[in-house]
Amino acid sequence: MIRPAALVLSDGEVFEGEAIGADSPSGITSGEVVFNTVLTGYQEVITDPSYAGQIITFTYPHIGNYGVAPADHESRRPFCRGVIVRDMARRRSNWRSTGDLEAFLVNQGIAGLAGVDTRRLTTHIRDAGAMPGAFGTASESDLRAAAAAEPGTDGIDLVATVTRSESEHFTSTRDGGKPPHRVVALDFGLKATIVRHLRTIAHVEVVPASTSAADILARQPDGVFLSNGPGDPEAVAGAVGTISGLLGEVPIFGICLGHQLLAAALGGETYKLPFGHHGGNHPVRNLATGAVEITSQNHNFCVADSSIPGADITHINLNDHTVEGLRCRDLPAFSVQYHPESGPGPHDSRYLFAQFDELMDGLHTTEPGPAQGQLLGGATHA
Amino acid sequence: MPKRTDIESILLIGSGPIVIGQACEFDYSGTQACRVLRDEGYRVILANSNPATIMTDPEFADATYVEPLSLEVLTGIIQREQPDVLLPTLGGQTALNLAMELIESGVVDKYGVEVIGADQTAISTAEDRAKFRQAMIDIGLPVPPSATAHTLDEAVEVMERIGLPVIIRPAYILGGTGTGIAHTPEQGRDMAAHGLAASPISEILIEQSIAGWKEYELEVMRDRADNCVVVCTIENLDPMGVHTGDSITVAPAQTLSDVEYQALRDAAFACIRRVGVETGGSNIQFAVNPENGEFVIIEMNPRVSRSSALASKATGFPIAKIAARLAVGYTLDEIPNDITEKTPACFEPVIDYVVTKVPRWAFEKFSGVSGVLNTQMQSVGEVMSIARTFTESLQKGLRSLELGRHGLNADPAEAAYNSLSDEELLAAAAVPTPERIFQLEALLRRGLTVAELFEATKVDPWFCDQILQITEERAALAECDFDAMTPRAWKRAKQFGFSDEQLGYLWDVPAAEVRKARIAAGVEATFKTVDTCSAEFEAETPYHYSTYEDVGEVAPSDRAKVIILGSGPNRIGQGIEFDYCCVHACFALSEAGYETIMVNCNPETVSTDYDTSDRLYFEPLTEEDVLNVIDVELRSSQIAGGPGIAGIVVSLGGQTPLKLAGMLPKGLVVGTSPESIDLAEDRERWNALCARLDIPQPAGGTAATADEALAVADRIGYPVLVRPSYVLGGRAMVIVYTDEDLREAMAEMAASGSLGREGGLSAERPVLIDRFLEDATEVDVDAIRDMYGEVLIGGVMEHVEEAGVHSGDSACMLPPVHLSEATVALLERHVKDIASALDVVGLINVQFAVKQFGIGAADQVFVLEANPRASRTVPFVAKATGVPLVKVATRVMMGSSLADLRQEGLLGNRANGDHISVKEAVLPFNKFPEADAILGPEMKSTGEVMGIDLRPGLAFAKSQIAAGAPLPANGTVLMSLADRDKAAGVEMARGFTGLGLDIAATSGTAAALSEAGVPVAEVVAKVGEVGTNVVELIDDGRVQLVVNTPRGRGSRADGDHIRRAASRNRVPLLTTASAGLAAADGMVDWARHQLRVRTLQEYHRGVTSDQLALEL
Repeated sequence: MIRPAALVLSDGEVFEGEAIGADSPSGITSGEVVFNTVLTGYQEVITDPSYAGQIITFTYPHIGNYGVAPADHESRRPFCRGVIVRDMARRRSNWRSTGDLEAFLVNQGIAGLAGVDTRRLTTHIRDAGAMPGAFGTASESDLRAAAAAEPGTDGIDLVATVTRSESEHFTSTRDGGKPPHRVVALDFGLKATIVRHLRTIAHVEVVPASTSAADILARQPDGVFLSNGPGDPEAVAGAVGTISGLLGEVPIFGICLGHQLLAAALGGETYKLPFGHHGGNHPVRNLATGAVEITSQNHNFCVADSSIPGADITHINLNDHTVEGLRCRDLPAFSVQYHPESGPGPHDSRYLFAQFDELMDGLHTTEPGPAQGQLLGGATHA
Repeated sequence: MPKRTDIESILLIGSGPIVIGQACEFDYSGTQACRVLRDEGYRVILANSNPATIMTDPEFADATYVEPLSLEVLTGIIQREQPDVLLPTLGGQTALNLAMELIESGVVDKYGVEVIGADQTAISTAEDRAKFRQAMIDIGLPVPPSATAHTLDEAVEVMERIGLPVIIRPAYILGGTGTGIAHTPEQGRDMAAHGLAASPISEILIEQSIAGWKEYELEVMRDRADNCVVVCTIENLDPMGVHTGDSITVAPAQTLSDVEYQALRDAAFACIRRVGVETGGSNIQFAVNPENGEFVIIEMNPRVSRSSALASKATGFPIAKIAARLAVGYTLDEIPNDITEKTPACFEPVIDYVVTKVPRWAFEKFSGVSGVLNTQMQSVGEVMSIARTFTESLQKGLRSLELGRHGLNADPAEAAYNSLSDEELLAAAAVPTPERIFQLEALLRRGLTVAELFEATKVDPWFCDQILQITEERAALAECDFDAMTPRAWKRAKQFGFSDEQLGYLWDVPAAEVRKARIAAGVEATFKTVDTCSAEFEAETPYHYSTYEDVGEVAPSDRAKVIILGSGPNRIGQGIEFDYCCVHACFALSEAGYETIMVNCNPETVSTDYDTSDRLYFEPLTEEDVLNVIDVELRSSQIAGGPGIAGIVVSLGGQTPLKLAGMLPKGLVVGTSPESIDLAEDRERWNALCARLDIPQPAGGTAATADEALAVADRIGYPVLVRPSYVLGGRAMVIVYTDEDLREAMAEMAASGSLGREGGLSAERPVLIDRFLEDATEVDVDAIRDMYGEVLIGGVMEHVEEAGVHSGDSACMLPPVHLSEATVALLERHVKDIASALDVVGLINVQFAVKQFGIGAADQVFVLEANPRASRTVPFVAKATGVPLVKVATRVMMGSSLADLRQEGLLGNRANGDHISVKEAVLPFNKFPEADAILGPEMKSTGEVMGIDLRPGLAFAKSQIAAGAPLPANGTVLMSLADRDKAAGVEMARGFTGLGLDIAATSGTAAALSEAGVPVAEVVAKVGEVGTNVVELIDDGRVQLVVNTPRGRGSRADGDHIRRAASRNRVPLLTTASAGLAAADGMVDWARHQLRVRTLQEYHRGVTSDQLALEL
């Protein structure tokens, strides 16, 4: 049975569709509306905690074709508010899948909207910027009111809503030769694929975002990892102080929100992009080698260019020339804005985990990444 | 890295004639490359034998060699031009193979030519199956396990190791004889024994069978800094076992999870790096086991391909253009994305729509061919469709095919499956044929399940379910009352891709009324944009497709607009020539200041390059879809306060747009009026017109029954040419010599016969029966008439094959070499009279038959037919004469006079040299070994080549080399001629023996030759006679040229075993006496003269035959 529903943006724009996924009690789901352009990887996107507070619009029309597979969850549950698609697959087809995407959304309590002219919505967000919105089966006026009341993500500490309450240990999967390092990963909204990659070089202890620098250093890690996570870096309580306490004490690697927080701890500034980067096709230049990596991205905030004392910019985005990576000149710390772990997305940038490994070896590597021509070094489809 | 400054000149090799598997996608890629490289300031030297291409237009290269693509000729070009580099990766397999020959023969080294794009090692690694396999194993990429066996025991051991099913292929067997798939050990043992016996070296290759696996293609680009990107993923709806060129394919991939996709992406990059393609695009094919995700790499093409053209059109990322830039040193990040203009080309396109490609076949042209799809490509063309969802995209694609289907069934043609039981229909669907997609829907409609369909066909359940959704929507619509349709229901139906025709069928309401009601309900097509980035960035290029969404994106514009309707999918009889015409119209209109709007659905073509027109609509060429474009463009003009649509061009794209002319808004069609076009096709009015103009026609009449036909034949006498009045490309045309044959031909065309589905016979659709003029020379004339009455003769072409062979299959010469000045003048006068009588504005093609009676006697001229539209020969004439006929015609259609255009400089003088141009047809018989390789009134060729030189014989010989059947310089000519050709046979045999060739002949021919004093080295037996068997002689490689003219002209004419043997062994085959005579002339000339290559630009400036004397 079709349940007519609509999305209303905070600027009043209305998009009609039909309700899918979980029922929301009031017939209203609100959040900040963003769009993601991936062609594959919807499950990883939906379960990425960085989408906390957001409603994800998929630009590719058919979503759910290959179902969901347990191995592809990026976290214990989705933290996004809702999902907007043009067409939700009613039948999945893939040997890996164990269930339908829509059933997953229902089970996880995530409401969705299908049948939407997502291209019109995307174009609108592109031109007007990411903005709050509300969708559901409620009346248009109720949705309008909800959209107006929705605060969006600016200035809100969303990390507190996604970080785990207890720390968790993961043993290293490194085999042979070199013994694994010990890494403490600060969970601002950590993705499972990142843990998987860290484990290839280290035993990993994931700790809540509120863990203090002293507590972390007391664990005597070889390195600290600053995870990805949702929302506005300036709103994350305590994180900058924690990172300041770690800088210089231990090698640090940050990804996405972790990158923004590292920059902030170094005295850099962040700002909000008009509609963010959400997709798997963004070209990033490694300034040291000149090589271009096709990257997975998911962020609305960004580090301001040349604002970071004591650090060099290592990577830039070729589409809009925003900062994509930095490295401290005198301290063992570096970070990238994009997602080298992929999940979903291309594998072009996985060398960064090896760099973290080397940094922890005490090599303070000056090796800026693989030279052009060695990105994948032949067949390295891991 | 910026572009290379150490090179000045670049030799680009085109792909030659259109053949199955290599079509106009390489004109698209080559044209892009020429443009880009010239923009970069390089001197571009182009070699391509195909005159119907845009790339061989003289303004696209600095030096254009319309010469055969052979080692000898290319060597000549390199010697003459001394290019710095050779770029072989944009001209298909032909260019790649030639490059390898040039490398291996030492030519490139000798002249210091660097090969760019892909070097020798890369090409051979990708092209040599064993090397490629080993290379993939070296880097740990999975390939289907395989091994060879020489004994039965060995074979059994191998099969046990690899696991069944397996494919067994005997080594060194032509044409795949003895190849099979074994599913059980017993089958395996039988096939292995059979294969070992069949193989001359007792060797079989046993390979794991991956038939039924899912097939994917990745289009990858790499630059010299080693940046790699995937431009597009393509998923085949038809699983492994059907050639990807014959599969319905979909972009992007639909049923791969990101984990699986990224594994393929990594493998694709590893592959392109290992093979060593330094710069450019490659196509890499994978098979994925649907049971467990296991994948193997099938093959890679180290060059742009048919799939890369599709990927370019599907994403807006112009692979060939970028490949050309990469080849000269740029890196991906230095090249801007054309569509966004702000972001670089170093990224991976993402799309927010679904693209479906559907092939089009021509099995009906080749009797005896099974029509079953397999691993060898058989389709002759394809369509692409773009829509927001797969269901909409699939239905648009199917109605784009122009096969009388209005979508996925829900049309009258669906009745064809009614007579089959469920079991029969499922069994039919299990065998891949062009019908399969329609059969799947019919089965689901009967209640079979997606699981049953998957089991029988291995078509992925996701696709089957999408088809089921169309079926369910259809059922819902059929139950809904036409008058009760709500706007929401209308939109939903259209979002599933139902055409107004289909809806009309379901409700038994005319499509026009459906359209009216739908528009009244406020549901109209919206046009979205292909932008490479799913709207993340603003698009600067108006490349649109229709769908049914909230809003469209067509920008207002106040310029005077002209819409050009393209020619749809390539097919036999309507191919690249018409795309050439549409593209030229675009160029001419653009130069004249109009906003050009192209509508077409063929992804292979230059016309669907977004660089060609101001606005591109990738749409089916149906009434509904074209009217939608007109509506949205009118609105675009209205909003901007512009003058609206200044015209719609329908006469340049072949029959496809012409058929739509009557349905378009009155007054918008420019050029010759649809009424005049009808007049030329209406038998009685046309006869009256000819009579009035006093132009003789062959005697003839019309008939709707066999008795009427016999009466006509009795009146006019045999032989007669019989043709249905409602089919194209000479479809079903036959020449009959007896009452019996005539009865048979009529039965074929009756509703109950094999052509019944195409309409049957009636008083409105009679059969045309004309006296067939034996031994007459056929002549084609292309001309342009302006609205003020001036007629420009474009060219007069003398056919080499006599009348009766379809003009598209016949070689022709321009200027005519055997016609007197008086005859040519008479022909031209007739053309002028006809053009004026038809009130032609634009192009007209008139065909004549000329009976010659020898020196002193006047020729007799008969007009056969006139077509007031662009003909297939127009590009050839333009290349031969240097006059841009289509541009001139287009301007004339818009109202200019020829005098104006002369003054403006667009219409210059024709080339005044002494060169002769020969156009030769290229036939696909090697792809259809079951079909008889014989020419007749039904067109069968897929493409054409052009040979130019200063003597007819030289030009003809060049055309034969270009067509892939070079005339031999020594060896044996096998002659087997019909009695009426024996006199001509003597003449040609004298030519052959004079050059030192031996003659082998069948008994009757041998007797005639001996009687005339021509020595016959060997008399061979026909099948059934005692003595050396003619087929064995050919199979043994002892024959270098076959001249076989059949008695009678049906498909069952005698000698077909000779022709099959020639096709099979790729021995040049001539099936008419006139072609044999031309060949003999050519061989004599060829032996006397040195090979000379010259550019089109030189010929257009004028090359005189004094040159020849200097060269002797």
